[in-house]
Amino acid sequence: MSKFKKLFYSQKVAPYVFVLPFMLSLIIFWAYPLISGIVMSFQDISFGKRTFVGLSHYTKLMGDKFFAIAVGNSVEYMLLTLLLMIPIPLVLAVLMESRLTKAKGVWKVIMYIPALTSVVISGMLFRMMFSEAAGSQMNQLMTWLGKTPIAWLKTKWTAWIALLLLCMWRWTGVNMLYFLSGLKSIDTSIYESADIDGANAWQKLWYLTLPLIKPTTIYVVTISVYAGLSMFLESFMLWNGNSSPKNIGLTIVGYLYKRGIEKNDLGYACAVGMVLMVIALIINVIQLVATGTFKKEDR
Amino acid sequence: MKKRWLSILMAAALVAAMPVCAMADEAAEGEPQAVTTVGPEDGTHFEMWSFVDAHNEFYGKMVEKWNEQNPDKPINITFSTYPYSDMHNKLMMSLQAGSGAPDMCDVEIGQFPNYTGDDCPLYALNDALAPYEADVVQSRLDVYSKADGTRIGVPTHVGASVMYWNAEIFEKYGLDYKAVKTWDDYTELGRQLKEASNGEVFLTSVDTGGVDWMWIAMAEYGEDWTGGLDGEVNVQLDSVKKMMTMQQEWLAEGIAMISTDGHIDLEAGFKNVSEGLVASFPKAMWYMSRFTNYMPEMEGKYDITTIPVFEEGQKNSVGIGGTGTVITDQCANPELAAEWLTWAKLSEEGESYIWSVLGFDVCNSALWFDDAFAFDESNQYNTFFRVKPYEVLQELANNDAIGTIYTTSVSPTLNDYMCTTTLNEVFEDGMDVDEALAEAQEYLEMELM
Repeated sequence: MSKFKKLFYSQKVAPYVFVLPFMLSLIIFWAYPLISGIVMSFQDISFGKRTFVGLSHYTKLMGDKFFAIAVGNSVEYMLLTLLLMIPIPLVLAVLMESRLTKAKGVWKVIMYIPALTSVVISGMLFRMMFSEAAGSQMNQLMTWLGKTPIAWLKTKWTAWIALLLLCMWRWTGVNMLYFLSGLKSIDTSIYESADIDGANAWQKLWYLTLPLIKPTTIYVVTISVYAGLSMFLESFMLWNGNSSPKNIGLTIVGYLYKRGIEKNDLGYACAVGMVLMVIALIINVIQLVATGTFKKEDR
Repeated sequence: MKKRWLSILMAAALVAAMPVCAMADEAAEGEPQAVTTVGPEDGTHFEMWSFVDAHNEFYGKMVEKWNEQNPDKPINITFSTYPYSDMHNKLMMSLQAGSGAPDMCDVEIGQFPNYTGDDCPLYALNDALAPYEADVVQSRLDVYSKADGTRIGVPTHVGASVMYWNAEIFEKYGLDYKAVKTWDDYTELGRQLKEASNGEVFLTSVDTGGVDWMWIAMAEYGEDWTGGLDGEVNVQLDSVKKMMTMQQEWLAEGIAMISTDGHIDLEAGFKNVSEGLVASFPKAMWYMSRFTNYMPEMEGKYDITTIPVFEEGQKNSVGIGGTGTVITDQCANPELAAEWLTWAKLSEEGESYIWSVLGFDVCNSALWFDDAFAFDESNQYNTFFRVKPYEVLQELANNDAIGTIYTTSVSPTLNDYMCTTTLNEVFEDGMDVDEALAEAQEYLEMELM
């Protein structure tokens, strides 16, 4: 074997070669921006000039009421999406696995298609559907129901119906697929033995399915927490810009965008981003510890 | 062996494709909507960005004219049109990064304060503007200047605010809108209109997503909530309180409606105007092009007059909106760019295109009284409305009635708070005006001091 071939088939080198693309993208697109962001959060930045301002961005953040609104909205949105986007896709996935369901492929495709549409387009469609004009779909529906038209996107709870529906419409199919893949990995013989033991459908769901797809559930919860906290584009498209009446649609990332891009204060925006990261980290770590992900497997 | 190579190839393709897939979505949003290049290839080359396609068409025409008149210094410009926020973000990022910016770029007035800082890398236009200074409305040059007087943007129009009336509606109900001089007269007309139309037609629509009405009120009293270029922000002004209180009363009486989607310069607003749901509204002169573009069926129905005042003798117009065109420090030949740009936007040739095609009230006020320029019958705006628009403009100029509200570094924060919070509280929730303004002031002081 030539030297080159030896190197090529070397078992020591191979792993590094395989992880290299990932490491490179991690360093360039993740580690560098992260460190740069931390540094920038202590600076004032203006057209190439950087001056260190210490903790002043963070102290300002503490008293910033719009930041408080943004954090409140993002956390609320995250919790509500968790409440909706875990049980509903899970039930749908179980139904998909059921022998009683016909035309499974069709249903899966229908559920998944919204995830392929651009948020920009779906946001615009929802904006038109929920427009306060009397001719919008939702207001026509209200008229048919004998109610007066509503300015949907101007009060919080009606606007959030639109926001959550948009989220569900887009992501239910994706979460359902995650759960489906989890269900597929469960050994069917377990169900057979449960049948022999006389377990009913409910008991099988509660005592077998749910515990066995726990890893999938943990994964879906983790990404949903992050997705909920970092929501921005949905709100941006629904209100046709970053300004919603009384900031009912302002999220942490929306606020970061407003500060960094719209008001040209990248240093302050980085401080906002750091707080978002810390919140997401805390929530995810608590949740991962609580679900026992870090425990050594005792098998 | 073949199989192994195949699998390596496939793995490589997968890895290579990942970032591409991730970026495909973004790229579609960051791409310009239109790119055109005008001028001979051997001419001095420039890049220029705008967020309005019509602006780039206009600049293109001016490049052709320039090259005809100046064969010794031909220019060649590539124009790109981007969506509004995309373009401003790209410009900001490229200036921050120090590379990638165009040579020339349109900047909307609301975004302009982001570029007026001390270190902002824009080319000073004072010398290039000098030949035109005397004829151009000063306040329009001032709004695109740094605090020290360095001019960094070339204006497009004055944006003088005027009153638009659906004359057909008022005639139908036998009401005389031309007699309205003060806001009291206007309110009274609203009551009559409500009664005559059984409440089907609203006198006007009140904005929760725009501050034009407040600007008009401030101009009438000569106040400015930004405090001007070196003043302090103060929203608790008599003019603003009076306007808000009056509008609250209109809503309570059912004379006015709240603008659908926030303000009248949106699709929903055009619908309300063209369907005759609102009978009048104040807006800048540039709103005329909205009629010709989106509501052509309103031809011959609408009239334009000056805006009512609180007290007689007050100013009754204010320059609203606008675009300042800047030259960045990344331009290799800024002198030539500045010479062309100021000529294109402020010379008589440029202004006549701006008026006849874009329908704007031009900044070169020497032309306002040139009948051949102002009252040209072939100009669609002179025949669309029941009045020739420059007649109204002449009246404003004769009375020195156009006030100035500055757009300063506090403006983005101020406008944002008004449009998201204060105006909604006052008009949607009926909150006390003094209370709402005190809350706004408190926030702005905390935010800006």
